Amino acid sequence: MAEKKKKKNALIEHDISEDLALDLMREMLLYRRFEEKAGEAYAIGKIGGFCHLHIGQEAAAAGSIKPLGREDYVTSAYREHTQAIAKGVDPNAVMAELYGRRDGSSGGKGGSMHIFDAECRFMGGHGIVGGQVPLATGIAWKIKYRGEDSISLVFMGDAAVNQGGFHEGLNMAAVWQLPCIYVVENNEYGMGTAFDRVSKTEMSTKSSPHGVPAHVVDGQDVLATYAFFRELTAQVREGAGPQYVDLQTYRFHGHSMSDPVSGTYRSVEEVEQAKDERDPIAILGDTLKGAGVLSQEEFEQMDAEARQIASDAADFADASPLPDADALYKNVWAEINPNGRLFFDGRPEQGGAS
Amino acid sequence: MAVMTYREALNAALSEEMERDPDVFLMGEEVAEYDGAYKVSKGLLDIFGSQRVVDSPISELGFTGLGVGAAMAGLRPVIEFMTFNFAFLAIDQVINSAAKMHYMSEGQFPMPIVFRGPTGAALQLSAQHSQACETYYSHAPGCKVVTPGTPADAKGLLKAAIRDNDPVAFMEGELLYNFKGEVPDDDDFVIPLGVADLKHEGEDVSIITHGKMIHVALQAAQKLDKDGIQADVLDLRTIRPLDMSAILETVRKTNRIVYLEEGWPYAGTGAQIVTMIQEEAFDHLDAPIIRVTQADIPMPYAKNLEILAKPSADHVVKAVNKVLYR
Ligand SMILES: Cc1ncc(C[n+]2csc(CCOP(=O)(O)OP(=O)(O)O)c2C)c(N)n1
Ligand SMILES: [Mg+2]
Repeated sequence: MAEKKKKKNALIEHDISEDLALDLMREMLLYRRFEEKAGEAYAIGKIGGFCHLHIGQEAAAAGSIKPLGREDYVTSAYREHTQAIAKGVDPNAVMAELYGRRDGSSGGKGGSMHIFDAECRFMGGHGIVGGQVPLATGIAWKIKYRGEDSISLVFMGDAAVNQGGFHEGLNMAAVWQLPCIYVVENNEYGMGTAFDRVSKTEMSTKSSPHGVPAHVVDGQDVLATYAFFRELTAQVREGAGPQYVDLQTYRFHGHSMSDPVSGTYRSVEEVEQAKDERDPIAILGDTLKGAGVLSQEEFEQMDAEARQIASDAADFADASPLPDADALYKNVWAEINPNGRLFFDGRPEQGGAS
Repeated sequence: MAVMTYREALNAALSEEMERDPDVFLMGEEVAEYDGAYKVSKGLLDIFGSQRVVDSPISELGFTGLGVGAAMAGLRPVIEFMTFNFAFLAIDQVINSAAKMHYMSEGQFPMPIVFRGPTGAALQLSAQHSQACETYYSHAPGCKVVTPGTPADAKGLLKAAIRDNDPVAFMEGELLYNFKGEVPDDDDFVIPLGVADLKHEGEDVSIITHGKMIHVALQAAQKLDKDGIQADVLDLRTIRPLDMSAILETVRKTNRIVYLEEGWPYAGTGAQIVTMIQEEAFDHLDAPIIRVTQADIPMPYAKNLEILAKPSADHVVKAVNKVLYR
């Protein structure tokens, strides 16, 4: 009984309703099953290139994006499938993009690392470590420039804080007090390199030289993450200026589909222990079941629905045709000038494009 | 002769040069404990230790500049870019510091540094990860550019690049790492920079190319062979220094030229070669030179579009037929 009360207290403590908590569970299950589906599709060659799964980091996506509105902007790196879905991008369009099909969010031209959706204000999908940080700063610049009350939130991996662009971006955001939230999804490793091998200072200190307030959040606890971002986004909307979040999480899979889960850089035991103790779905599941908010049957029902959405997305992607050959030269330029030549490969397929 | 992969050949070159000269060190992302993202540096950490095989943070501009400074002060760094796509972050240090240092200091600071890693497209890696970058580097006086296409060339040229006293952009091919070939065993097998290599001999037409594209050219040469057309396939091997005499020789021999490159056409390597040929051997041409390049677009992800965008043996055959007026 006391235990049940304690679990209920987690909802009360964070001022999160039972419905909202169930929503967060539903979303995390979807992200997990979606990524598993992508992994399967990769294994049978339906998805190519680099494919980075977000498994283990679901709470970071769900908890930080859910407090945002449609008018807010999210920018990310290449481990972004689930963040795109969290921001409202249709899972079918994301999966079709991973498949490189016409109905993908970029018509099949971007692939796994480059999910974009202008309408949902999901601003990519960027493949160069740290490259998105100044972009999100620029988005925040626009918000301030136009006097809007939306905010710009950007995700990056822990390794990105060693890039110059990160520091340049934060400095400018501080100087101009831009409404930008810089979120490090700190999963402790950049590929096979533990963060403490490439930094002498803690993650939480990286923004202070620039005058950007830092926050440390347990990114495996979706309730805590949600409650934190609800508060922080409200403050930034009110003019609190740029913020920096060390969102502590863990990646359960290899860096990309072609990298090992463990190896010299981290032990099997470490990964297994994290899966046992730091699985965001299990953590929320325990809380909700303990509080009597979610039964095992209801959980399984929810999970079945998540699997269904993921598998429907894969079916949708598989049924979507390859892009038309004449898409090849489309959208290189936004404007084909009436004078002068823009294409130089001398290939006939360009048609009238040149 | 030993048969080894392109990856093993590069590894052997690094290992031998590090053995030979204690001032040579390797720095880059994941080069030490992870054995390199593409395993080129496999085992080197064990042999040479963490002072000479160094994992860097993901700070391309920083560790490239560090390498340039170390070279100014007398070391011979080999800086690995996980791929050249990420070297755009560092190109300031390559062009503004490394390539100009010797000149700006009137020869006081030679710059014996190698920047190496894979360039060009692999498979479905999409726009930001599929670019042939060699022209960015060959454009700048002061920077040498090397693009080996076979294991033997990889080994001999990397050794030469490390021994060279100028900055060298040494550009490998991700899809070549598993490619096998014969490599001389000799410890001192060095291929001098600036010497092209005729990879296939013919009388009718010349396909001039470099890097990974030699394999596409050889494929085209085989197809043409069945059609009774014999092609010279000239592998430049190094783009700067450029072996003009080998180029002019094949021009004088066949009088018909196709230039094949993986990158984009505008101001590409082929544009330079075509200019040189028409300046120096105009009278030996029986047809305009045609270039075969990647489609003039960022690389798309979708499998079918990617295939269409890349230069292929069929594109080369078509171009050859055109210069032969067939
Ligand atoms: C500038 C740059 N350098 C190197 C790479 C290759 N690379 C891709 S992801 C990655 C590791 C990044 O780790 P982290 O920022 O912690 O993100 P995570 O993958 O853990 O989400 C590296 C080295 C790259 N994409 N861009
Ligand atoms: Mg990381």
